[in-house]
Amino acid sequence: MMTIKTPVQSETPLHQPHDLGPSGRSSKAKGWFKQSWRLLALPLLLFISIPLLALFQRTSLADFISTLNQFQVIQAINLSIVTSLATVIMTLAAGTPVAYLLAQRRFRFYRFVDTIIDLPTVLPPSVAGVALLMAFGRMGLFGPLLTVVGINIPFTVVAVVMAQTFIAAPLYVKAATIGFSSIDSELKQAAALDGANRWQIFRYVILPLSWTALLSGIMMTWARALGEFGATIIFAGNFPGRTQTMPLAIYIGFEIDLNVALTLSIIMICLSFLTLVVVKGILHRQLDANYGFTTISNA
Amino acid sequence: MRSKFVSLMLLIVLLAAAACSPQATPAAPTTAPTQAAAQPASGGKTLTVLAAASLTESFTEMGKTFEAQNPGVKVNFSFAGAQQLAQQLGSGADADVFASASPKYMDAAVTANRVNKADAQVFVRNRLTVIYPKANPGQLKELKDLAKSGLKIDLEDKSVPAGQYSLDFLDKAVKDPGFDPQFKANVLKNVVSYEDNVKSVVTKVSLGEVDAGIVYVTDVTADAAQKINKLDIPDALNTVATYPIAPISNSKNADLARAFVALVMSADGQALMGKYGFIPAAGK
Repeated sequence: MMTIKTPVQSETPLHQPHDLGPSGRSSKAKGWFKQSWRLLALPLLLFISIPLLALFQRTSLADFISTLNQFQVIQAINLSIVTSLATVIMTLAAGTPVAYLLAQRRFRFYRFVDTIIDLPTVLPPSVAGVALLMAFGRMGLFGPLLTVVGINIPFTVVAVVMAQTFIAAPLYVKAATIGFSSIDSELKQAAALDGANRWQIFRYVILPLSWTALLSGIMMTWARALGEFGATIIFAGNFPGRTQTMPLAIYIGFEIDLNVALTLSIIMICLSFLTLVVVKGILHRQLDANYGFTTISNA
Repeated sequence: MRSKFVSLMLLIVLLAAAACSPQATPAAPTTAPTQAAAQPASGGKTLTVLAAASLTESFTEMGKTFEAQNPGVKVNFSFAGAQQLAQQLGSGADADVFASASPKYMDAAVTANRVNKADAQVFVRNRLTVIYPKANPGQLKELKDLAKSGLKIDLEDKSVPAGQYSLDFLDKAVKDPGFDPQFKANVLKNVVSYEDNVKSVVTKVSLGEVDAGIVYVTDVTADAAQKINKLDIPDALNTVATYPIAPISNSKNADLARAFVALVMSADGQALMGKYGFIPAAGK
């Protein structure tokens, strides 16, 4: 790992920007040319940012507020918040052990488990919806069993949470795995030598050292759960107040009342943006901290 | 090395199992009608037809007939809820013909300046029916049973023409002395989901995930009839849906678009629609 900010490192001048060519000093034209490649980054940046800004431009504050007051919109927002938080809790409870397992790396089915966990992020969510229906639907794999017990999953809030967890939990698991595996195993061994049991090692060594990774992972899972659409509409259906989350209300609202779609879209953009700001803030802090750590050990 | 091999094998087995499982792919409802006008046929022309989801089977055959009559022409369909197609037309979607399940959304296309009002003509009529899975988990015997508490009913959103017609049916039933005044309220209590097009309802009923749904009689195709049964809605309570069709005013293939509409309105076209359960309506 290369340290960038430290004066200690200046004796190894690997990073000498703008001075790679044999000609040494670059002419003014060449300098412009070297900078001009940055323009190539512009099209994609504009392509992504302009439509998002266009959403804001299409609605007025008055429209936004009056739409926000509509019952169906409030219902959708409430439902989205409740279900996505439930997804976060489910993911923390069920995903942490998986991440811990993956962080060990040395076990028989590592590749297999790793691939299974990655699958939902690659699959189209509609596939997840159909798959969930085939497994937990009334006529699905576990349907007869669930019916006997009197549990019915499709078209309920539980189905919404399951769809979100299926799609979003892997984001946390991946982030937590990285967090767990970045911890030096000597630290764990040292704690064990001092008589700490497994729980104490987890609580007092692993958790404090990996919480940034866990937090950024959980934020990503939360944001993804908020945005889940395809699996939800297939597995949980679309019923206002019960299974109609914000993305579903946007989809249905788009055809009836554009203001509903615009208002909810703006909320989604703001929430997603905030999530990313927080996650990136945490990650940068952690990176800075890591570099500081390296510097000390180097010096 | 060995563990890699083992996990690879497991993955293959898993994928194979998924591919072989008998119901792995229920007919996916047309939720993403995006490939309209995507690829013009090499050499020949491509006609893009936006059609209500309930026209899926009949218009697919109509397209084949049209292609046979016009060598070199490829007909591309985008089947979705009529409300969605009207919205796409309003947003400037490239298309040549629009067939709606309700005059309401043809009017929307007229308002959006995509269709000349004079060009729109009714080509078929359709009726609603109640459908339920063959196994009849809700033990439906008559229409009144729809109000039984605990039943699971799947409807279309009211923005979808079939969804609005379903509500109309409930309104008429409430006024009918044969039905309980609370019939509509009780039926709506049983609704578990409002789908965005009629084919999603057919899929969920044929999967047995719900006890009943309300769709067009034409949605009970020979294929679907293997999994679902119908419960007729009498004429007095039924809403007869009228389907208008029109060429898009700024179509790049105006001649072909008119030819397609002419085929639909012709005796052959009407016979084809009749074969799929529609009520022919050309010239009426």
